[in-house]
Amino acid sequence: MKFCALIASTTLSSFVVSASLYATPVDDLLVEYRSTGVETFSAEAGKALWSQEFTNAKTGKIRQCTTCHTADLRKEGKHARTGKVIKPLAPSVNPKRLTDVKKIRKWFKRNCKWTLGRECNAQEKGDMLLFIQNFNGEQQ
Amino acid sequence: MKFILMVLMLSSYAALADDDSSSSKKPGVIPVNNPQYAEECGACHFAYQPGLMPSRSWKKVMANLVDHFDENAELEADEQKALTAYLTKNAAESSKHKRSVKIMRSLTKNAAPLRIIEIPYMVEKHDELTPKMVAGNPEVKSLSYCDKCHTNAITGSYSEDDIVVPGYGNWEEYEKSSGFLGRIKKGAKELYKDVTGN
Repeated sequence: MKFCALIASTTLSSFVVSASLYATPVDDLLVEYRSTGVETFSAEAGKALWSQEFTNAKTGKIRQCTTCHTADLRKEGKHARTGKVIKPLAPSVNPKRLTDVKKIRKWFKRNCKWTLGRECNAQEKGDMLLFIQNFNGEQQ
Repeated sequence: MKFILMVLMLSSYAALADDDSSSSKKPGVIPVNNPQYAEECGACHFAYQPGLMPSRSWKKVMANLVDHFDENAELEADEQKALTAYLTKNAAESSKHKRSVKIMRSLTKNAAPLRIIEIPYMVEKHDELTPKMVAGNPEVKSLSYCDKCHTNAITGSYSEDDIVVPGYGNWEEYEKSSGFLGRIKKGAKELYKDVTGN
């Protein structure tokens, strides 16, 4: 009996430990963004930014996140320039999304520069992460 | 006179056939064998084989990823270094594969074009294409997208019998049935058949 309890407690504690050890990449990034002074993040604000129109200084054309990724994150997108298929961004249909911090950083950097003409700030990135993470189509 | 003409036609046919035959076991260029390159560069476009340009061209491309043909393709410093090394080490001048050799042969000594399609050999190889087949073809759009027509491009093969131009079908068939060169080729082939019985 004592032995069983020991196993149970060991299992429980290892579960707790692993849960805290395996904070998701999104959690890690939000912690990082908060450390820069941002207090709260909002999926709503992320959604607004997602479809906001930016006029590109060089081409004079409108650029949006949706230009390549479409408004429905569960669908495939298409690279505006090369036409290459972009796999869905919503983790609900593409579980690989938001699992790699390096990738998230890289694409935020590139794509914010392409779309907004500058890097996104911590607030914007956090908002968008929440929007992408929670996307289930109902917000539409 | 007739004989000379026949010999001429036969030899030119043989030269043409030899150039683009798919029977050779070796692909035209060494296929991409670096997963990091396939992932990083292939995310946005066809992952061009390093053997399609000289290292001096790759260096130029990789030095300006911030403005990569009007797109931002920035990499982390370590990745940029690793991929530049892969590209330059496996560039056209370091390869004995057919296409790489011909690419190098067509370039003047220090020429370092930024685009594969600006290489004289490439220009020449694509000169039969009309704007309607490429720019005006929504399924092709640009010569930059090798794999739209070169159906085995990913394996490093660019042989003529692998080419399918969307809307025009198999290139060899298309060429055979139309155009001046096609008619010459067809005539030479028939003549070749008549003479050799093959």
